[in-house]
Amino acid sequence: MAKDESDVASEETPRLRPFWSGTISFGLVSVPVDLYPANRPKRVALRMLSPEGTPLARRYFDPEEEREVERDDIVRGFELDDGRMIVVTDEELEALEPAKTRDIDLRRFVPADAIDARFFDRGYFLTPAEGSNKAYRLLAAVMENTGRAGIATFVMRAKEYLIAIFAEKGILRAETLRFADELRSPEDVGLPEPAKPKPAAVKQMTTAINKLKKAELAENELRDEWADRLIALVEKKAKSGKDTVDMPEEAEAPADSDIIDLMAVLKRSLEGAKERTDERAAPKRAPARKGARKKSSSKAASKRPKAASKASSKASSSKRSNRRTS
Amino acid sequence: MAARAMWKGVLQLGTTEVPVKLYSAVEPRKVSFRLLHEGDEEPLRQRMVDPETDEEVEYDATRRGYPTDDGRIVILDADELDALEPEPSREIALTRFVPVSAIDARWYDRPYWLGPDDDEEAYFALAAALAENERAGVARWVMRKKEYVGALRVEDGYLMLVTLRHAGEVVSADALEAPGGRALDERELKMAEQLVAALTGEFEPEQYKDEYRERVMELIEAKAKGKTLPKKRARRKTAAGESLADALEKSLRAARQAA
Repeated sequence: MAKDESDVASEETPRLRPFWSGTISFGLVSVPVDLYPANRPKRVALRMLSPEGTPLARRYFDPEEEREVERDDIVRGFELDDGRMIVVTDEELEALEPAKTRDIDLRRFVPADAIDARFFDRGYFLTPAEGSNKAYRLLAAVMENTGRAGIATFVMRAKEYLIAIFAEKGILRAETLRFADELRSPEDVGLPEPAKPKPAAVKQMTTAINKLKKAELAENELRDEWADRLIALVEKKAKSGKDTVDMPEEAEAPADSDIIDLMAVLKRSLEGAKERTDERAAPKRAPARKGARKKSSSKAASKRPKAASKASSKASSSKRSNRRTS
Repeated sequence: MAARAMWKGVLQLGTTEVPVKLYSAVEPRKVSFRLLHEGDEEPLRQRMVDPETDEEVEYDATRRGYPTDDGRIVILDADELDALEPEPSREIALTRFVPVSAIDARWYDRPYWLGPDDDEEAYFALAAALAENERAGVARWVMRKKEYVGALRVEDGYLMLVTLRHAGEVVSADALEAPGGRALDERELKMAEQLVAALTGEFEPEQYKDEYRERVMELIEAKAKGKTLPKKRARRKTAAGESLADALEKSLRAARQAA
């Protein structure tokens, strides 16, 4: 069966699982870690509906046989330039993964500010796992003290990633980087040879820049105005009850189960590790704490439209999982 | 071979204008597979189906819905969505210039090269001024019916516009508490520092290859020729069952020998 993102997201977990678990190796020191996304999804993800308002499902059809194909009967194919199709199975792809897919081998450290903006792709937090507290804190402290980032490659979910690991305020985070051959240079794009501008022109630009000079970036400047407008419209319509339908139970987007309150999960993962000081006597994984869980279900009980609040996604996911288990 | 510009706009710094062309700086190299029907190996077609009737719904007949937290869907019609769309514009408005380091890398999304559009003088003057002042601009613009926020930077003497994630889309470490515990051992800290120093070098991005992708392509080529690939797996390093201090000491010795 073909794997894709929706398979991964359909795990019926009431709490956010680590996106990946593995071990950072730093010389002969091993630091088991869990990896969680540090980016939240866009605020608005619209569903596609039928004219009657039923959420649509994506199905695959064989155009020759004019019939639907079950997921188990789907394989991957690579189309060659001559039009031939080469079938590649999951087993064949798995065999290509390095045996040490659970390893992030830090063999190179670079000045933390040495990586260009264009390389950065997605962000993740790394939290200590399996009682790696001490080694984790040691690595974070040293990287922060020396202003270094660690560089490594590793394979996660059938893709190889180049990552930079940074330490910030005692917390390790990983940024996936683009590979050099995925970036186009100014020459690739065909930009003209740099011309030396006249000093007067540069001075004029500096004046224009200085007029707009600020010390910091205000997060408010990054607001998604389209999402603001859309959510305002949704709230108005939800209040009037116009054009609203009930979500059929089976149509609830499985992808949403990934959007639990990330903050709560991260705090718990970092805190869970804090309770253990002896790195060897630690349990395999900190269990979900009951208190935190209870809180989110009570939130789910209070009905309110998915307002602009980010935290509300937590309510929706735990409600969904409650419904599934009941 | 020069790439085609994907969009043209005008950088607007107050009353100063710099016309630019925009090019993608990224060329993804993911191996893309098609989904096939096992057996007849026919490429599959995706359809959006009403699960209640099992009938396909043509794209033009589809509507959009926003799922609310209380289990409802608010239906949004095409004309309502159209009304929310931003006005098309060529303007790339610079709202402020901040020190380059003030924009955390985690906000970066996709990079685009900017090229001069008929006014090279203004273009390279702005690039030089940004480099001299070590500033990055914060820009807002509308491209293909979507609103973007971006950082205007200088890379290799050229202007680059990197789209930024929207507010709320980056989880800040400020709100998190680092794992705590007993004070770290001074000797271990020192050894770890030496180990990091021994492994420190330049960032050499060309050194890293997507080897998994290369192996997938090798497999495909081998299969195209009717061959199978010999099973090859990366070596497994033996796990260290020793104490942190011992592991650090051994690693340091190894790193020094390698240097």
